[in-house]
Amino acid sequence: MLGYYFDLALRSFKRNKVLTALMVITLALGIGASMTTLTLLRLLSGDPLPQKSAQLFYVQLDPYPKDHPFSRSGKLPWLTSYTDAMNLLHAHRAEHQAAMAMTKVKLAPTTTQQHPFFSTGVMATADFFNMFDAPFHYGSGWSAADDQGRAKVVVIADDLNDQLFGGANSVGRSLRINDQDFRIIGVLRHWAPQPRFYSLYLGGPSYGKGEAVFLPLQSARAAGMDPINLMSYAVGDKQELENSASIWLGLWVQLPHAQAVSAYRSFLAGYAQQQVALGRFQRSRYGLSGLMQWLDSQQVVPDNVRLQTGLAFSFLLICMVNTVGLLLAKCLRRSGEIGVRRAMGASRKAIFAQFMAEAGLIGLVGGALGLVFALFGLWCIRQQPAEYASVAHLNETMFLCIFAVAMVASLVAGIFPAWRACIVAPAPQLKST
Amino acid sequence: MSLHPMIAALRKHKAGVVLIALQIALTLAIVCNAIFIIYARIQNVQRPTGLDENNLFLITQQWVGAPSGDDPASIQKLDAMLKEDINALRAMPDVESVTPINSVPLFQSSWNGAMSLKPGAELRAGNARTTYYFGDESLMKTLGLHLIAGRNFTAADVTNKGFRDPTEANLVIVTKALADKLYPHGDAVGKVVYLDGASTPSTIIGEVERLQVPSVSSWASSFVWNSTIEPVRLNANFSRYAVRTKPGRLDAVMRQIPSTLYGVNPMRVLDDDSVKSFKDIRAEAYRADIGMAALMGVICLILLAVTAAGIVGLTSFWVGQRHRQIGVRRALGARKIDILHYFQLENLMIAGGGALVGIALAVGLNRLLMSKFEMDSMPVYYVLVGLAVVVVLGQIAVFVPARRASNVPPVVATRSA
Repeated sequence: MLGYYFDLALRSFKRNKVLTALMVITLALGIGASMTTLTLLRLLSGDPLPQKSAQLFYVQLDPYPKDHPFSRSGKLPWLTSYTDAMNLLHAHRAEHQAAMAMTKVKLAPTTTQQHPFFSTGVMATADFFNMFDAPFHYGSGWSAADDQGRAKVVVIADDLNDQLFGGANSVGRSLRINDQDFRIIGVLRHWAPQPRFYSLYLGGPSYGKGEAVFLPLQSARAAGMDPINLMSYAVGDKQELENSASIWLGLWVQLPHAQAVSAYRSFLAGYAQQQVALGRFQRSRYGLSGLMQWLDSQQVVPDNVRLQTGLAFSFLLICMVNTVGLLLAKCLRRSGEIGVRRAMGASRKAIFAQFMAEAGLIGLVGGALGLVFALFGLWCIRQQPAEYASVAHLNETMFLCIFAVAMVASLVAGIFPAWRACIVAPAPQLKST
Repeated sequence: MSLHPMIAALRKHKAGVVLIALQIALTLAIVCNAIFIIYARIQNVQRPTGLDENNLFLITQQWVGAPSGDDPASIQKLDAMLKEDINALRAMPDVESVTPINSVPLFQSSWNGAMSLKPGAELRAGNARTTYYFGDESLMKTLGLHLIAGRNFTAADVTNKGFRDPTEANLVIVTKALADKLYPHGDAVGKVVYLDGASTPSTIIGEVERLQVPSVSSWASSFVWNSTIEPVRLNANFSRYAVRTKPGRLDAVMRQIPSTLYGVNPMRVLDDDSVKSFKDIRAEAYRADIGMAALMGVICLILLAVTAAGIVGLTSFWVGQRHRQIGVRRALGARKIDILHYFQLENLMIAGGGALVGIALAVGLNRLLMSKFEMDSMPVYYVLVGLAVVVVLGQIAVFVPARRASNVPPVVATRSA
């Protein structure tokens, strides 16, 4: 029966080529626009570490004076001061814990004739790699002792290893960073979580290629590297960042289960209260947000992308309303044909099914064309200079999603016209023709 | 023409009428808001920075092996290197003026703080937020700023300090916006202010008409015209220079920069982004805004086209369906123009009804966007313009099927369907 309906649908398409083409193109434009933006939105708001994100938490404290708060709307400070970060790290209350900051580095190739160039580096404490599951190709990360001893060691990204050492095992070789020699102790496999959750407010990019070098925090500071972002909560000397009234570190902890989370929460509450008692803090507020919750609350996805997605879906809605109107016109024009089919014994259900099949066929073709539009749209995004441009690719889920949305959209659009078609009374139609 | 028969006829096509009206309402709501967003972006992009933006470029470079300490000897060594660069740049044939500078408007690096009328005020409690530009006596001329009160810095006013040194300059030039905020009576020149909670005063010696802050992000929108210029050469292991060339010589000078600077001292890093014309800085700062405006514009056009196509489709269907009735009216004496007007008026009624709903939707959508994004309330005339657009669009779309209807010959009435 379905084959017969499709045959009827094809005949009807042939009869009204312009109207059919209009419906398909409208639907395809709506699908193409909405799926392009949805793909981008999903990629940008995705889980950067799916296997680990549930266990990772971001820590916030509030060292700001009461009368000069960090934000008028009551937001907690984005970053942590060195003193607090070290106090919390040395307490070892979480399974893993690491403090980090971003810095601009100048890399000078030691062997080739290449020119020196700038890049972004991460300065972090020893747990960074373990906690974030950063995979090593060669060598390993540094130990807490290396960090404390200000050892001049560095872990480099695979891109940099390819660029400087042709992808060979470069562990043990030296790399000149900001005019000082560091010994390479590890080379990462490709690792660039999207969005780059740990770089939020530290001044690095939120998307795209990963950082080039990773250095022990103390070693980097001893070598004169400064964080990109720094906010001060009181007047004072900023020459010694470690003792200044400034926040510049991001602090992450790994808490494997709910019990550990609540234990850490009470530990943090206790710490904040203790600092109030010591007179360092005026408020005992603190924050412990899960990774995804932290990304959500900080709206890491650019406003423009969210706005575009809303616009594209409104566009799809209008395209659907348009399709309903055009399908309705087509259905009603075929009242005579429907009357004949009814008179020959077709049930209302059969008429309904016939018109839904027609709508479904439009959805299928519209979806295929919409896929082409979406691929084109994503290609356009990749040509843009935005930092997230390189991640704009269609994955299998979104591929299937395009057809699902196209089918649902066309079938929903088809319900009303099909219903109108199936309630056509056969007798008057037969009389007038 | 009486509306009564028209309404009676429309009642027979409730579904179609509602669909067209709904489509027009949604189109109006979205197009109004999209145009409002486009306009806001364009307005943002078009505001003048206060600079003479032609023949201006920026150099960012970093020395290799330069001293990194904060001790006076290191600072003086860095200052000597900076002066060497400045002198070499000034000696170039087509260069008009050069200044060391920490940033320029629309550039992604900025130094922000607060200015207060009281000493030792907390950083965040300052009377006015401001951005700082550090340069020498050539800064005004190089950037092309307009001094409207007081005087410019002289070479004797200019000092130098380390990048991390918190001491503030004794003399400052501020923008009119900032001066008026601190001293509303317009007599800021000669008065003292305290920078970033300092305990020593700085004297305002001049006012410039306009100078935008570097950041174009929303967080800086509250102090976008509050700029302060300090007569200070900042010394660090990197430096920036703004260069103004003779008219039309920008490209030629920019091409010679690497060889000139490497000639002074080859131990430095200059990469592809190191020499940048102000035109490029502006384009990069607003690229996202322009992209967004273009995308919105394209979607609006497609949306209007889709809606017009929908109107053509449904009206064509109605014309076909009423073929015989039109023939009867023609046979009874209606002129072609009457039939044309009938369909035009019918469309006007549907579009008008849809547009009324659309106005409510447009305002509602604007409120929703205001709550979710940083966006202003949409002025009423946007809605009115949107209303005019959809009504005119309806009339254009209906013209072709309506004219086909008016061409139905009266003889159709005599045929049996």
